[in-house]
Amino acid sequence: MIVQALAFYLFAGILLLSAFMVIAARNPVHSVLFLILAFFNSAGLFILLGAEFIALIMVIVYVGAVAVLFLFVVMMLDISFADLRKGAMQYVPVGMMIGALLIIELVFVYGSWTFATGHEEYLDAPFERFSELTNTEALGHLLYIDYVYAFQIAGLILFVAMVGAIVLTHRRRSGVRHQNVSDQQARKVEDAFEVQKVTPRIGM
Amino acid sequence: MMIIDLHHYLILAGALFTLGVFGIFLNRKNVIVIMMSIELMLLAVNINFVAFSYYLNDLTGQVFAIFVLTVAAAEAAIGLAILVTFFRNKGSVAVEDISAMKG
Repeated sequence: MIVQALAFYLFAGILLLSAFMVIAARNPVHSVLFLILAFFNSAGLFILLGAEFIALIMVIVYVGAVAVLFLFVVMMLDISFADLRKGAMQYVPVGMMIGALLIIELVFVYGSWTFATGHEEYLDAPFERFSELTNTEALGHLLYIDYVYAFQIAGLILFVAMVGAIVLTHRRRSGVRHQNVSDQQARKVEDAFEVQKVTPRIGM
Repeated sequence: MMIIDLHHYLILAGALFTLGVFGIFLNRKNVIVIMMSIELMLLAVNINFVAFSYYLNDLTGQVFAIFVLTVAAAEAAIGLAILVTFFRNKGSVAVEDISAMKG
């Protein structure tokens, strides 16, 4: 029990510290690296909660794809980040105020949270239903049977995002040779070569 | 103190969400850091989902966490693509320069 508590406080502490460094770091590359650290620590928290699949998906998707995407964009764009930070301090008081308001409200709501009595009857997928399965297998059962339409829509969202990202960033540059498919398709044998009768020892 | 219950996770997620909101105020000009703050807020939501799933004894929360993850990945991809296109056209990513639509 005490090991669990210590692990929770370790992961939570590093998570909050690195989240603060994400928004406070001067260099955006450092921000991205602290974001990666935050994702790793949240994966640790998910392991503590028994959600192994989400923890590993977190590492694969967030660290492996999203954070690296951020890193690419930060490094590719040639921006003076010092200029972007100029005058940032003037928003700190209002940000502090709204942040303090938000956290006080959230603590009030969460601090007194209790589950209603008898909520066990309304559970959709209680753990007992999957007691002989691992976490990943149980999630697979739920995703492919109970939530199959939502799963398909999630796939569609990812597909649309992929097409959108390609369409947005793709550009035709002038001065670069491109393949023209319709020209290639319209080519006939007669256009390409002709057969000539060559007389011997005279040539063409 | 040594028994971790739902409130610990909820307050952690609340603090993380607040840091995300504060990050938007702190980096008013830099769209990239604003998007990272949004990622932090989505992470806080995911922690809430998984914590409720564990303490409510219901696996549905984890399914929803996967959907949140999907949407976050799509949002990051589209947002960064828009950012790259905008930078190519205007040579800047400052928020106050993004005013072509007069919104």
